[in-house]
Amino acid sequence: MTDPLALVPKDPERQTAKDFKTDQEVRWCPGCGDYAILAAVQGFLPELGLRRENVVFVSGIGCSSRFPYYMNTYGFHSIHGRAPAIATGLASSRPDLSVWVVTGDGDALSIGGNHLIHSLRRNVNLKILLFNNRIYGLTKGQYSPTSEVGKITKSTPMGSLDSPFNPISLAIGAEASFVARTIDSDRKHLQSVLRAAAQHNGTALVEIYQNCNIFNDDAFLPLKDPARRDDVTVRLEHGEPIVFGADRDKALRRTPSGAIEVVSADEPGILVHDAKAEDPSLAFSLSRLDSPTFEHTPIGIFRQVERPTYDQLMREQLDEAVAQQGPGDLAGLLASGDTWRID
Amino acid sequence: MTKQVQQLDRVIIRFAGDSGDGMQLTGDRFTQETAAFGNDLSTLPNFPAEIRAPAGTLPGVSSFQLHFADHDIVTPGDAPNVLVAMNPAALKANVADLPRGADLIVNTDEFTKRALTKVGYAENPLEDGSLDEYRVHSLPLTSMTVKALEDFDISKKDAERAKNMFALGLLSWLYHRPTDATVRFLELKFAKKPEIMKANIAAFQAGWSYGETTESFSVSYEIKPATLPPGLYRNISGNTALAYGLVAAGSRSGLPVFLGSYPITPASDILHELSKHKRFGVRTFQAEDEIAAVGAALGASFGGALGVTTTSGPGISLKSETVGLAVATELPLIVIDVQRAGPSTGMPTKTEQADLLQALHGRNGEAPVPVVAPCTPSDCFAIGIEAARIAVKYRTPVIVLSDGYLANGSEPWQIPDVDSLPEITPGFAEAVEGEDFQPFKRDPETLARPWAIPGTAGLEHRIGGIEKADGTGNISYDPANHDLMVRLRQAKIDGIARDIPPLAVDDPSGAARVLVLGWGGTYGAITAAVRRVRAAGGRIAQAHLRHLNPFPANIEEVLRSYDKVVVPEINLGQLALLLRGRYLVDVIGYNRVRGLPFKAEELQTVLQDVIDS
Repeated sequence: MTDPLALVPKDPERQTAKDFKTDQEVRWCPGCGDYAILAAVQGFLPELGLRRENVVFVSGIGCSSRFPYYMNTYGFHSIHGRAPAIATGLASSRPDLSVWVVTGDGDALSIGGNHLIHSLRRNVNLKILLFNNRIYGLTKGQYSPTSEVGKITKSTPMGSLDSPFNPISLAIGAEASFVARTIDSDRKHLQSVLRAAAQHNGTALVEIYQNCNIFNDDAFLPLKDPARRDDVTVRLEHGEPIVFGADRDKALRRTPSGAIEVVSADEPGILVHDAKAEDPSLAFSLSRLDSPTFEHTPIGIFRQVERPTYDQLMREQLDEAVAQQGPGDLAGLLASGDTWRID
Repeated sequence: MTKQVQQLDRVIIRFAGDSGDGMQLTGDRFTQETAAFGNDLSTLPNFPAEIRAPAGTLPGVSSFQLHFADHDIVTPGDAPNVLVAMNPAALKANVADLPRGADLIVNTDEFTKRALTKVGYAENPLEDGSLDEYRVHSLPLTSMTVKALEDFDISKKDAERAKNMFALGLLSWLYHRPTDATVRFLELKFAKKPEIMKANIAAFQAGWSYGETTESFSVSYEIKPATLPPGLYRNISGNTALAYGLVAAGSRSGLPVFLGSYPITPASDILHELSKHKRFGVRTFQAEDEIAAVGAALGASFGGALGVTTTSGPGISLKSETVGLAVATELPLIVIDVQRAGPSTGMPTKTEQADLLQALHGRNGEAPVPVVAPCTPSDCFAIGIEAARIAVKYRTPVIVLSDGYLANGSEPWQIPDVDSLPEITPGFAEAVEGEDFQPFKRDPETLARPWAIPGTAGLEHRIGGIEKADGTGNISYDPANHDLMVRLRQAKIDGIARDIPPLAVDDPSGAARVLVLGWGGTYGAITAAVRRVRAAGGRIAQAHLRHLNPFPANIEEVLRSYDKVVVPEINLGQLALLLRGRYLVDVIGYNRVRGLPFKAEELQTVLQDVIDS
């Protein structure tokens, strides 16, 4: 497996979470899920041992996009929806950087939908953290492209009319090479997914279910409520049978039509998760299990496949051009083609 | 038969045919022959936006005009002395531009009843006397070509397609052009199809021989080489020159060029050209849209590259928000707008200068951006370097306003000595022991902020579109700070006026009372008009702006030195509005928005009328 961080300089000193904190006052609402994600990211980054100055966080607009201000790395808080585009230019010209995009459901899937799908298909070395709270927070509570149909908000007093995106399905459809989902409140799981994303060569999309306690509180309650969460959370582990439930008595199985059904764990033919399958149909079917009512919601890595990254291919073309034609010679270029001399 | 040779000082030829007839190629080859011969020249391609409009129709007509002379010339010429019309549509679309007595070379094979009807000719104009005021040369070009190629093992269709080379051979004979380079060109172009190659060379030579033997042409013409400054020359179009300027800027600054672009007429050729120069470390990124194109360029700039995006007016509209972000984050960025006729889609292949106010003001908030404009195709090279110099030195986006006329037009270019090109110093910030890094602490002279690129230890910082506190760069909603930052950003751009040449005025008489002031691509037409006025005894001063924001420091003084100031523009008076608004000078606009460059003759009349009034 190609190491995406091979060209990023390492810090000889041992780092701690504190090294990644800035002196800026964190200005999310008290109780916001973003705090937990920030702490998880700051807590996990020292593991990578990268020099802080070679780590860059790029964001768009929205509550989540304030994230770079709180990371003591390089950071770029850009404009609405455009973070993947900006990060693409940065990552494809600087192989010595570890580039992270922080975005939300409105930023990534509404105004910036085009950039998201194209960065996924291109497979630039970017790690995209999509904080999905299923609501617009910064503009104070309108429905988002991941809100459930019929959502009553300030802009939809009689209920929203449009069907939501499923970010995981969308990413798989956009040829993403790494697609995962995790939850703000499950720090251990969140960090394990971040670790895998960081080690993935290419674009990684990590959807993080994040609670907005002001405008959409308890949107993911069934996945967080200690009484219910084990019953409805389907933890995907590559190479492991997909069994879930508080008593681990439920499992997934493929139907002859290719869809996925929930069966008793002692049934034959239980599905073994294969995140590395070339064919994305299993990952896609798993992504369809999620529903607004969270009867069974998979979390973990849906898809993780190796394919060449855009930035590496771009570098190879430059190297190949030099190998074939020699390094650039400006005087030679200007005097190329038909020339004539006047004495 | 001995033929007469007549000396001319200049000629304007227009090749016109169906868009599938190879007129652009024919024009390009004639241009190369003419350049190699040593004439001064200027070209004007004119083609439909449709790739292949229905054959034989007026919208499908493609033309290429070439003006060449034994002296220094500045425009592709107003009206052709010679029109080559490959079919009735080409004749109909172009004949109105011909002055009385012009030569008209017509391919009679295409003048069938059906083809004539298709473009609305009830009678054959070759027979009804309507062309009597021209010297018409009716030649069956297609059948002569087919006959000349009958010994070749190629299809009739391929033989017919070589008729443009027959026409090129004939014109090459008529104007004593050297032919070796065209033969070499055909050998290369058709290297993989030897029979087609031989046939095209044979058609080219047959056209030449036909000229020498036919009685249709009793006279051939000589136009002596022009006396240009000594040096090495090549012919260059505006888009190629801009691409070279960017490669040169990368090379002179040591910064890797990163182009983010989305294909759009008439700017795509810059993307095509730059994508060939990977060995210079030039990265070209064809983005999913205009917004991603400029976003990626800005991201690359943040990382220490020379970020560039190329587009036309509609793309500028889409990029505006990101250009505003570049203003706020104060990062170098080059935004190239090859202007075309608007609004909206407008006329993609036609030229215009109507994006000036958009470039200056088309963003939310107070978002000043330096704007520069090349004045000739070859000046696009220098303007590319100038844009990079300003962008890097002042940490700012810079908009370049080229246009469709400059982009596709071409002229001889004296190739500069690489060592004479300006040096550009990136001056990346470095950590200073014991000092907290302040990303918005400014250089006292330029007011530029430090360019601190990721990977530099000790300078970790966060930038973005939210207002920043002066110095520290922390988020700030402080009213006084915002007022200060708005003024600092403006002062930084205004201060560039101290770093650009003053506006030069050309007035050989020293006694002119009327000034003509232009900007960008109208330089050639205005200069030609000024020469005509002076040749007729008129006194006129001329100045031309390459820097539109900020203006040169002496502009007000220049404006106030004349009784009258005429400002010709291919828009409804955008520069005029700026001059009136800023300097309270009542300039006289001359505005035509036809998708075409000005003609020297029309501007001559305008200028003379102002002088006389």
